[in-house]
Amino acid sequence: MKKKNLQRLDLIFKNEHDTELILRKTFARPNDDIINDLISSGLKGRGGAGFPTGLKWKLAAEAEEKDKYVICNADEGEPGTFKDREILSSVPHKVLAGMAVCGHIIGAKKGFIYLRSEYTFLKLPLLKTIEDFHLLLDQLEIDFRVEIFMGSGAYICGEESALFESMEGKRGEPRNKPPFPTDKGYRNRPTVINNVETLAHTYSILKYGADKFKDLGVQDSRGSKVFSVSGDTPTPGIYELEFGMSLQKFVDDFGDGDSKAVQVGGASGFCVPRKRFEKTVIGYQGKLRGTSLPTGGSMMIFNSSRSMYNVLHNYLDFFVEESCGQCTPCRVGTQQLLLGIQAVKKGEQPSLYLNKLLELAEAMRITAKCGLGQSVANSFSSIVENFKEEMIY
Amino acid sequence: MSNKINLKIDNIAVSIHEGATILEAARKVNIRIPTLCYHEDLCVAGNCRVCMVEQSGSDRLLPSCAMPVAEGMEIHTNSMKVRSARKQVIELLVSEHRADCTRCYKNGKCELQELSSEYIVGGNGFIDLVALKGYTIDNFSPSIIKDDSKCIRCQRCVRTCDQLQDISALTVAYKGEHMKVSSFYEKPMYEVVCTNCGQCVNRCPTGALTEKTYFDEVWSALNSESKHVVVQTAPAVRVALGEALGLPVGEIVTGRLVSALRRLGFDSVLDTDFTADLTIIEEGNELLQRLKRAVKDKDPNVKLPMTTSCSPGWVKFIEHAFPEYLPNVSTAKSPQQMFGALAKTFYANKIGIEASNMVSVSVMPCTAKKYEADRPEMRSSGYKDVDYVLTTRELALMIKQAGIDFASLPDDEYDSIMGESSGAAVIFGATGGVMEAALRTAYEVVTGREVPFEGLNIKPVRGMENIREANIIIENVLPEWDFLEGVELKTCVAHGLRNAKKVMEAVRDGKAEYHFIEIMACPGGCLGGGGQPIPTSAAIRQRRSEAIYEEDGLKPIRKSHENPEVMHIYETFLKEPLGKKSHELLHTHYTERNRY
Repeated sequence: MKKKNLQRLDLIFKNEHDTELILRKTFARPNDDIINDLISSGLKGRGGAGFPTGLKWKLAAEAEEKDKYVICNADEGEPGTFKDREILSSVPHKVLAGMAVCGHIIGAKKGFIYLRSEYTFLKLPLLKTIEDFHLLLDQLEIDFRVEIFMGSGAYICGEESALFESMEGKRGEPRNKPPFPTDKGYRNRPTVINNVETLAHTYSILKYGADKFKDLGVQDSRGSKVFSVSGDTPTPGIYELEFGMSLQKFVDDFGDGDSKAVQVGGASGFCVPRKRFEKTVIGYQGKLRGTSLPTGGSMMIFNSSRSMYNVLHNYLDFFVEESCGQCTPCRVGTQQLLLGIQAVKKGEQPSLYLNKLLELAEAMRITAKCGLGQSVANSFSSIVENFKEEMIY
Repeated sequence: MSNKINLKIDNIAVSIHEGATILEAARKVNIRIPTLCYHEDLCVAGNCRVCMVEQSGSDRLLPSCAMPVAEGMEIHTNSMKVRSARKQVIELLVSEHRADCTRCYKNGKCELQELSSEYIVGGNGFIDLVALKGYTIDNFSPSIIKDDSKCIRCQRCVRTCDQLQDISALTVAYKGEHMKVSSFYEKPMYEVVCTNCGQCVNRCPTGALTEKTYFDEVWSALNSESKHVVVQTAPAVRVALGEALGLPVGEIVTGRLVSALRRLGFDSVLDTDFTADLTIIEEGNELLQRLKRAVKDKDPNVKLPMTTSCSPGWVKFIEHAFPEYLPNVSTAKSPQQMFGALAKTFYANKIGIEASNMVSVSVMPCTAKKYEADRPEMRSSGYKDVDYVLTTRELALMIKQAGIDFASLPDDEYDSIMGESSGAAVIFGATGGVMEAALRTAYEVVTGREVPFEGLNIKPVRGMENIREANIIIENVLPEWDFLEGVELKTCVAHGLRNAKKVMEAVRDGKAEYHFIEIMACPGGCLGGGGQPIPTSAAIRQRRSEAIYEEDGLKPIRKSHENPEVMHIYETFLKEPLGKKSHELLHTHYTERNRY
């Protein structure tokens, strides 16, 4: 990359072989001190939902239960997202260190990496790293062990409570919330479940301090973010960028000069049309509508040769297949959205039917049981509203 | 649970215990929130999303069945946002449901239909998904029909089969658009480990799970001049039939039931209660024989504990799950099958009818009885002993079809020879009833005295507790039973197959020692059977139970061995309990079945 506009960072992928040092330093500190650091750093979950990480650890630490768990969510299934794969490939020790510190703070002796089944090739190298890491923990006299749990290929199992069900040997179906994981998670015990990248960021905070992390980014979106850039771009790949850039800047850097839309946050994220590139800031506060936040880091760029109808059709195909099928809005709603746009395209339904579908998407957003069904409206509404003519003609 | 939470629902202040749900709080102040996947017998699923409500200040709606109350909540159950979302959710359900309402057995009794009539008024619906899916109907079982095209995936059946019965014959398979309620390897229901208990049928909100109906066949028989149609009615039918015909829960309708059956054209209206008494004589004597062989003869081959055999759901369960304990099951047939065998032999002979011209019908609170009647071993008379089994629900429908105003019918009495019964037979319909009836007779046989309980009411075996144990010390016995002097008879009663499994595991693992175990497959016993009127709940089962014990108390005869018609059949036909004739007609054997 020779272009210059965006603030590139190399916090996460920099490997200085200082795990032991950082861990010694950290374990010597009082727990409250570490949690306060995490809270003041402004770090929020990087998996998509954006829950404040420090608060999550704090809640789990306060839960009164003997057995607790730390789980690293590596079920990276969001279309267009592949950053966790890279983090686990190149700096897995940072993730493991984050897990161990979390376990130390909340009182968990057991951690799991829930690894996406498509990432089976990562399992052996990871196991080797874990083995070495366990030796290090033994030296530090820290009682904490990490295991890998292989997923089976269902997108829904990236949803934290469905992930617990999956680990417990049940169907991967989201649970009712409350109770939340910090109260009753895996095996109904208090559990911290963090995204791979989130855990890696905790390492940066432990290393450089909360202030340095907070200096990056803007307002409510602090720190850096690892983006998976794909689509119509001459430079697809993984980039760690500072929060707060405008989408226009992003497209100037990564686009092919003909970008007509960017899908931010994958199939469950939002589609931003060209006319709104300038006004859209990437970050938690840059939410476009609703409360689902495009924080997973998937950036799919579409140029003018792409049919947005096909793009939407593709997303809906995905959701129709990957809904767990448990709740009505998601199971039936996704099918109706897909059949609906097909019917409008073929002229079997009037174009006004799109309005009914938009209402349906909104109903799904406010009634579905988990983030999957709730976020279908993000891509659906943003594509249909911004590219209506492509849906009809 | 002591802390009170205060909230407002539709501006009405509610105070309710901590941990309660919004739905419970709303019901407390008589605000009805529609539900579908919710069933009070089952755990909360929160998957249909019909009961969504709005909380002030919250963007998304909340599922009232799953969401605990919180201090200061302001809930709206009927806002524009709620109504619009609820209507769409119901429309979605309708779009995946074969809305074949006019032809459906559940027409008028379908919860989705009821919701649709409130919310889907006019307007355009979504695209019909049923046509795209190529559903087939599984109607191979003699008991249960599974029609996936009417399934709305609420998973009540799945939770019933798992939580109440611990069978999981029904489970969820696939995901997304293909997600469905399925059986093991999607085999037909009659091939999998299903006990035919019909508890799923009792809880299915639509017509996706129904019993296989035989009322058309019964109408044909009734309209055939050459056929003599006898009918028997199970104990639990008389305390529940009224519910399906507009009468209050728990009303005893025995007399009107008999009237209605005569009006429908049955030639002989007889009572399963008669053979319930007979079952007590046979099964009670079998128990005493086993005790004699165990205690007196020290016979190592005698199998104790002995278990009851009248619940066909239980029998099929033990054939699948604990086949090594089949020798422990009483060889006495169920009252239905004893009746069937006697109807086409003893009774046919008495009234001068050829067995080949007799059609034997039973009215049962049960779907498994349909399967039981179909068993190859149930042909002792040389014919199918029981030709058709109707559920309480099917009979109610026939009464409606015949234009009979059930509520105003006069009381009538059963025909004689096989129509008399004792209070001990009536309580067969409730969990613990067979045990109580057996003890009333067995204790008296051994000691010559009545059971030492006030009013013959053996309270320790009654109630709705999942598993109940009662021990009776046998004292001052008659000389021929001297070996039982001082023996503590240990009994156990369980209802619902989850509890049955627990009892059998305890027996298998040597953690429990019993002489006699009564097991009913259904919650509450037959009164909560899979063929009973819908809906069911703990409160409804309690009312039916009270009615049963009330009927027992009102009976002039309370003990099976004092039933004059039972005495008569032994004198003139069977000769003695466990005798040759009994062996031919009243006893059976069991079959080991797959565990999968």
